[in-house]
This record gives sequence, C-alpha cells and structure tokens, in this order.
Amino acid sequence: MAKPKVAFYWNASCGGCEEAVIDLNEDILKVVEAVDIVFWPVALDFKKKDVEAMGDGEIAVSFINGAIRTEEQEEMVKLLRKKSGLIVAFGSCSHLGGIPGLANFWDRETIFTRVYKTVPSTANPNGIVPQQKTNVPEGELTLPEFYDTVKTLDQTIDVDYYLPGCAPPPDLIMNAVTAILEGKLPEKGAVLAPEKSLCDTCPRGEKKPEKLSIKEIKRPYEIIPDPEKCFLEEGIICLGPVTRSGCGERCINANMPCRGCFGPTKEVIDQGAKGLSAIASILGVEDEEKMTEEDTKKLIDQIVDPAGLFYMYSLPSSLLKRKRMA
Amino acid sequence: MNEPTIVSFLCNWCSYEGADKAGGARLNYPANIRIVRVMCSGRVDPELVIQALKEGASGVLILGCHPGDCHYKKGNYKALRRAYLLKKTLKQLGIEEERVRLDWVAAGEGERFAEIANEMAETMKNLGPLELS
Ligand code: SF4
Ligand code: SF4
Ligand code: FES
Repeated sequence: MAKPKVAFYWNASCGGCEEAVIDLNEDILKVVEAVDIVFWPVALDFKKKDVEAMGDGEIAVSFINGAIRTEEQEEMVKLLRKKSGLIVAFGSCSHLGGIPGLANFWDRETIFTRVYKTVPSTANPNGIVPQQKTNVPEGELTLPEFYDTVKTLDQTIDVDYYLPGCAPPPDLIMNAVTAILEGKLPEKGAVLAPEKSLCDTCPRGEKKPEKLSIKEIKRPYEIIPDPEKCFLEEGIICLGPVTRSGCGERCINANMPCRGCFGPTKEVIDQGAKGLSAIASILGVEDEEKMTEEDTKKLIDQIVDPAGLFYMYSLPSSLLKRKRMA
Repeated sequence: MNEPTIVSFLCNWCSYEGADKAGGARLNYPANIRIVRVMCSGRVDPELVIQALKEGASGVLILGCHPGDCHYKKGNYKALRRAYLLKKTLKQLGIEEERVRLDWVAAGEGERFAEIANEMAETMKNLGPLELS
C-alpha cells in the first residue's frame, strides 16, 4: 500500500513550528516510515510546481503553520487546500494569529513607514518602500501584496483540525499524527488538545488560595516569583484561567506566567475579553468596598498594555480582529 | 437617518426598575436604547459588550445599583473594574472609550435613567456609527 502523503508549509511565522517537528527526535523516524513527505520548503527541495502537478486531494494531510499576511501565502494555502484531504492548522499563528497577529494594531502603511523609514537603525534616504510592481531595465518586477490585516488560517481556507501552541509540543503532534494514521480523529473543527484549562492542570493550581485578590500588579521582571505559588497570588498576571491546557505547563515550569498561546477553552469566544474579565474580577477584591473609584482605577492602570497582554496570541481570531484605524 | 443603536444592560433590581419608572412617568428617552435585563451588572461579561459592538451597536450602556446597593452585594464593584479595563483595552483597539458607559441608577431614579440615556444617545450621535472591519 502506498504511504499517505504529507505536506508541511509555513506562512507568517518564526520557524519555531518547523523546529517543533524536528523536536520529535527519534519519533520523526516513525513518522517518515509511515508517511511520504511530499512538500516541506524548510527541509526538502520540492517546489510549488510539484504541488500543482498533484491531483486534488492527493495529499492526505497538510500541516500549515503561520498566519496569513501576504497574497503569496494566501495563494499557497489555497493550493494546498485543493490538493489535501485534511488541513491541520499547526501552531498559534495559524490557529489564532499568534505573535505576527499583533501587527493588527497597525496597517500596511504604518508598518512600512516604521520599518522602512523611522526605525533609528534604518538608513533609507530616498524613502523607498516595497512596491508590488517595479520597473527595471530588464522588465517588471513584482512582489506579492502585503495585506493590511493578518488573518488566521481558517479565515483564509477551510481548516479541519487545530494543533495549538507556540509551538505545539511533541506529544500532541505525535498524538495527532497517530490519530490521522489510524483514522481515529475527533469531529471536524476540533482542537487536538485537552478540554481543560491550564489552571486545572497547573502544579501551582492546588496551592492557589480559594479567594484570590491582587493588591498590586507586578510584571515578571520586577520580582523573582516563588516557584511554589500561583502567579496570581503574587500579583503577576497569568492567563492560565482562560487558556487551554496541553502545553505541559512549559512557561509555568520555567517560572514564567502563561500568555495564552494555546488559545481559549471551548466555551470561550474571545480569549482576550475573557482574560481581562477574569483578571478584573480579582483585582483588589479584598478591599473592594473600601476602595474609591480612583483607587480602583489606579490599581487597574498598573496594567500598562492590556490589549497587547490579553490578546497577545489571539488578536486576529478575536471578535474585533484588529485595531480600528482612524 | 438610522439612529445609532445603544445596547443597554440593566440590572434587574435597581436600574431596570429605574427605567420602568422613567417609562411610567412618560419621561422622554431615546427609542434607540435597546434594553437587555440582566440579573446584576456583575453579570455583564466584557465578551458580551464586544459582541454587541461587533453586531452593530454603536455603544453599550451598563447600568447597575449604586455602590453598596447591589442586590448581590458586590456585583457592581466587579462591573466597575471590568468596564474600566475593557474601555482601556478598546481604546487601544481604536474604539472610543465613550462607546462603553457604566453608571448607577437606583430603582427610584427614573429621571436619572432618562438623563443618562439621553446623554449616551447624544454622545453616540456625535461619534457616529462604529464601523468595524
Ligand atoms: S493562574 Fe497560572 S500559576 Fe495560577 S494556577 Fe493558573 S496557570 Fe497556574
Ligand atoms: S504556559 Fe501558556 S503561553 Fe506558555 S506554552 Fe503553555 S499555553 Fe503557551
Ligand atoms: S443587582 Fe444591581 S448591580 Fe448587582
């Protein structure tokens, strides 16, 4: 029997998701034994035309990482959609928009101006910014369009499954690959990770006091957190309450609070809104009756960049999707 | 011209009664205030507010009992913190803070309700509809 064909592709991402595949270590040999990798730009020398030459649905599954920011990325994922039986959105950027999705606080013009003109380390006396078409003596050069808004993969093509995380951890990748090979997949649209929240599985969760109240907000660099205590107890904002479990508590174990890369649990529509709601609920609860409105606002103002914090990984997938430009 | 819609979450115990008083006393308040009765202002999750804006509301009004008077004791303190943090967040996302307003209206304050509703309608008229991409 012919081995199932598998493709990997990347869009607006950092390369960490490619690394995550390599991090399967010797397990990758099992994968390679069971499947035929037919396209993987970071590692193998197949070209777009090779994909184009394949029949529709010929690739069993494409694992696509990265958010969609350019016309080229859109074109490639549409091609892969056509040629693949299953599409798995691989990693936070593809699933939620991820860190590249923070660009939705700006648009093309403001990004180009910053990057090509006003950044102190940029020397660009003629103020040249990328153009989609440039005429040179040899003819016309073209570049793909750079969109104003970063999108998630499922805002661009139909997605069958999601592997969350920045980057997805090896055990979840292997579980997904095994489920696909054995045909034991859950219903379409599922996130291939546990349904619990991170607090439910966090080792610090048990020690969390029943009633949390934050008196003063601390940023991670300001204190060395007690590795035994829940971050919230120490005044450090942790998004564990509104984040899906499954990462292996990676940040927590490195004594850093969760920033939500696994995305929300099932019932949450907007991770950022839920996060800010959860945190606002416990700010100063202990003294809430004694605090004046001014005291309350002062405490909340200690969160310097709420939109960037609560939507760190999920802005493009949120209800508002991006900043509304004036 | 279409008047901008204002979705208003009113707590059952004080503010909804207040709005009722306003209605009973035939006080004028704008028709584009769409009232949603909730048990407590502390029930109004920021997710609901953003959903209302997303689905076409120009503004969202949240009204609860005065501090100290919440039927559930502390729901309105929570509402205050959430609304303030939400407004800060929305501002960063290019949505004017005035589009979300939290205020207190007691059961007997029909006039106060009408006043706040009219002010909100006026503010929304000045800001115009909320166009989202
Ligand atoms: S808030 Fe963070 S540190 Fe506390 S239990 Fe949840 S995940 Fe763990
Ligand atoms: S702790 Fe949070 S941010 Fe860190 S890997 Fe896990 S889900 Fe992602
Ligand atoms: S019942 Fe009115 S604010 Fe809680």
